[in-house]
Amino acid sequence: MDEFFTGYVWPTAITVAEVLAIIVPLLLAVAYLTYAERKVLAAAQLRKGPNVVGAFGLLQPLADGAKLLFKETVIPSGANRVVFVAAPILTFVLSLIAWAVIPFDAGVVISNINVGVLYLFAISSLGVYGIIMAGWSSNSKYAFLGGLRSAAQMVSYEVSIGFVIVSVLLCVGSLNLSDIVEAQSGAWGAISWYWLRLFPMFIVFFISALAETNRSPFDLPEGESELVAGFFVEYSAMTFALFYLGEYANMILMSAMTSILFLGGWLSPVPFAPFTWIPGPLWFALKIAFVLFCFLWVRATFPRFRYDQLMRLGWKVFLPLSLGWLVLTAGVLVATGTLPQ
Amino acid sequence: MAFLDRGARSLLLSELVSGLWLTLRYMFRQPVTVNYPYEKGPLSPRFRGEHALRRYASGEERCIACKLCEAICPALAITIEAEPRDDGSRRTTRYDIDMTKCIYCGFCQESCPVDAIVEGPNFEFAAETREELFYDKAKLLANGDRWEAELAQNLALDAPYR
Repeated sequence: MDEFFTGYVWPTAITVAEVLAIIVPLLLAVAYLTYAERKVLAAAQLRKGPNVVGAFGLLQPLADGAKLLFKETVIPSGANRVVFVAAPILTFVLSLIAWAVIPFDAGVVISNINVGVLYLFAISSLGVYGIIMAGWSSNSKYAFLGGLRSAAQMVSYEVSIGFVIVSVLLCVGSLNLSDIVEAQSGAWGAISWYWLRLFPMFIVFFISALAETNRSPFDLPEGESELVAGFFVEYSAMTFALFYLGEYANMILMSAMTSILFLGGWLSPVPFAPFTWIPGPLWFALKIAFVLFCFLWVRATFPRFRYDQLMRLGWKVFLPLSLGWLVLTAGVLVATGTLPQ
Repeated sequence: MAFLDRGARSLLLSELVSGLWLTLRYMFRQPVTVNYPYEKGPLSPRFRGEHALRRYASGEERCIACKLCEAICPALAITIEAEPRDDGSRRTTRYDIDMTKCIYCGFCQESCPVDAIVEGPNFEFAAETREELFYDKAKLLANGDRWEAELAQNLALDAPYR
């Protein structure tokens, strides 16, 4: 009995507590990301944004959530019910489990596996399935077209994201996310992070992240002005909310990836006394918030791409560029003898 | 050289960066929002809102049942029935406006010889049922009593232009 407790119950309780410690703040962050998005867009358009529910409209996300919770879940009569319900759950779950390998500070990570980057990459690729399933099972032409667009787009941009990640891996010599962050620590702080050393790749990664998360200006899958809402037209209430949560959690995840790969994760940008006292998770959160702000900023600025422009950018610009830069990085590392063993 | 110039511009994303810079500057400007239920925009004295039937200072209703407004109403929203009152003066026994038909053209107040029917500055008379928007004489007179100060002021302000 004692062994059952120490060997099974206690580790399970710890794991559940760790998972909750990530998921609860993450869902709160998602809720307030929708609020931040509305406020940032409003500011850029000289509007005020939500300001009625609670002080500065801070309770707006809760009101939105309550509204979605109490609405009716409509399943179209022509839909494939099982797949239709499974799709949003899949999207939501996939956007959450990726957080298992994200390091919040030195050693503060649920699962410090050695193939962390590979795991993240695999999970974000699986995200396409939720969208295809939703688009196909809705039995609606708008949803179907949205699903097709989304799948094609995510697959295209994953290729260049892959090459960008490989060029980071060449510099680090490890697939472990904590090692990637540690490799960026240096006497120069923010200057020695990879965003500067791999600058064009940083931009390529950020733009590809926009495409990967179906954000503006690459929001063709949703394209609310032409496809109504793309692959989730037929969804309502909580199934809709799960897609929404998944999409925003993915945005936060891609921001976290950007922070880890290029912005030094939990490291302080200025590596001396008063700034290094600030705990690592806080720096990490600030960097994620900054990247997210850039997501919203881009949305406030640029009009949507045309679909052929999107494909041209992905296959004819980013793919050769990232491949070329990968070869260049490898060449420079070998030539200077700094290739990590 | 034009080729180099264009190439450099597109490689350095100069157009994208200048666009981002513009939106960033806009984020720090004062919003132009009129915070509606709490703040309201200015209204012209000629604003044509909810209808009202006015009275003289003595309390006598102005309307003399000439039915000019009923005749001119392009939406046929006004219905009037009239007969002589006990003191011999001509008055309406029924004065209805169907607010769901009204197009707020203002012809009724233009045609009125005694400034009885007017369109006031009130535009917040939304109702939850259709029936509430079928105004009768009592409702219109009550509107006139409620808005008399504003109505009289607006008529006085607009008078020089008539």
